[in-house]
Amino acid sequence: MIEFRQVTKRYGQQFTALRGVNFALGRGEMAFLTGHSGAGKSTLLKLIMLMERATAGQVLVGGQALEKTPRRRIPYIRRHIGVVFQDHQLLFDRTVFDNVAMPLQVTGVPPNEIGRRVRAALDKVGLLKKEQLNPISLSGGEQQRVGIARAVVNKPPLLLADEPTGNLDPALSSEIMDLFREFSRVGVCVMVATHDIGLIETMGQRTLELAQGELVHDGLPAGVEIGHG
Amino acid sequence: MAETRQQASRGAARARTPWRDQLRSWFSHHRRSARDSAARLRNAPLSSLMTGLVMGIALALPTALFLIMGSIQQIGGGWEQAGRLSVYLTPETGMARVEELAGRWIENAAVGDVTVIPRDEAMATMRSSEGLSGTLDFLDGNPLPHTLVLTPDRAYREAAALEDLAERLRQAEGVSEVKLDLAWLQRLNAMAEVLGRATQALALLLVIGVVLVIANTVRLAIESRRREIIVARLVGGTDSFVRRPFLYTGLWYGALGGLLAWWLVEVAFWWLSGPVGRLAELYNSGFELQRPGIDEVVLLLGCALVLGWLGAWWAVHRHLRAVEPE
Repeated sequence: MIEFRQVTKRYGQQFTALRGVNFALGRGEMAFLTGHSGAGKSTLLKLIMLMERATAGQVLVGGQALEKTPRRRIPYIRRHIGVVFQDHQLLFDRTVFDNVAMPLQVTGVPPNEIGRRVRAALDKVGLLKKEQLNPISLSGGEQQRVGIARAVVNKPPLLLADEPTGNLDPALSSEIMDLFREFSRVGVCVMVATHDIGLIETMGQRTLELAQGELVHDGLPAGVEIGHG
Repeated sequence: MAETRQQASRGAARARTPWRDQLRSWFSHHRRSARDSAARLRNAPLSSLMTGLVMGIALALPTALFLIMGSIQQIGGGWEQAGRLSVYLTPETGMARVEELAGRWIENAAVGDVTVIPRDEAMATMRSSEGLSGTLDFLDGNPLPHTLVLTPDRAYREAAALEDLAERLRQAEGVSEVKLDLAWLQRLNAMAEVLGRATQALALLLVIGVVLVIANTVRLAIESRRREIIVARLVGGTDSFVRRPFLYTGLWYGALGGLLAWWLVEVAFWWLSGPVGRLAELYNSGFELQRPGIDEVVLLLGCALVLGWLGAWWAVHRHLRAVEPE
């Protein structure tokens, strides 16, 4: 689903955010992306989202090489990627329902079907009863779940999460992680960037660790190495 | 066959929907964008009205001038009809000959009316003119000839026909000189042209002003909806999707500005109609300010919509690209 081949990203002449990164993530696979702040986690996610372009190497999403994607095709790539943000990026000038409906409106899903799909997504994150509320009236955990509902409402094959539990307490965090694991079980490729080591250890999933732009670890957090291209 | 097609569609993009649905959702997004943009303008009535009024005033000015130009051109014909020919006879021509010529010329199809000004009457008029009476006292007798003033018929009021008529009158016996005074007409036409050009230049400047005002207003709207634009881009909104609400904002401002301009012109013309009527009366003219007709109103509103859209398009083109997720 995602494949990085010798990917390097430089900002200007001095700063190298990623250095020759190689890994591949398959359909239905779930992985954590970890490392100190500034290690290159956000850059890596931005490359997948086409918010940045690689300086060298190849990024493939769904088998498609991104470096040749013209600007006008970017929206169509993003429609296949659900993203959950640390600051959840919800809009407070509309209801929960309208927030979740955005990816569907963008792709031109017929209005009657939007209702059905939005409710299905909200049901999945347990917020069906709050669809008409303004997200500002929800708790932090609920807001994050609205963000997740929005990320999965159009059933993307790939789900990215950038510090999704950054502002949440441990109980809420593991609740959210369980949600992600459920998505990966139904075939969604899930990648979660986090520096919450405790969470990673309890989840026992494949972990990619970045340090100063280099991939220094790829495998289970316990230290059991698994070979990956 | 059906099976392969089903497989193909399953293998393709997940969000693939039939074109009929695509079209329906495209229309539905247009409808929603239009409605949302209108609601946003309604939610800030004062600032919307201000922007609309700026646009309205800027459009009302050239509209009013163009309408006034139209009115002037319409009565131009009426004034042309008054373009008269003064026929001066030779000094030895007697009153009998004058009456004969007058009688003959009135039969001419090109002549609408003939007025005889006998030499004594001409002298009396001259004496009554201030500043001249003293000078005239030095003259022996009356040096002025009899004069005939011909008003051409309505059908012969073009300059060429008048020249032609004057030429024929010159041939008549006893005629010394025929004066065709077209200078005032040319002056009027020249003035009308100057006014027309000035109106066009003013209209151009104001139109640019209108586009800039709308562009600036839409730029502010883009700034205030930054987050929304970023989220739309993150979830795969295309440029045209992101653009649409702002283009509708421009269209609504255009509609508002156009309607206000129309209203302002109507009010201004109503306010002017009294004095203009009196002025026209003093000049014995049928001049009347032509209120905007259906054609003009449709044209005005159409222009306003286009200008609003253009302003929005410009702002969107310049600023929307900069609003990208970071």
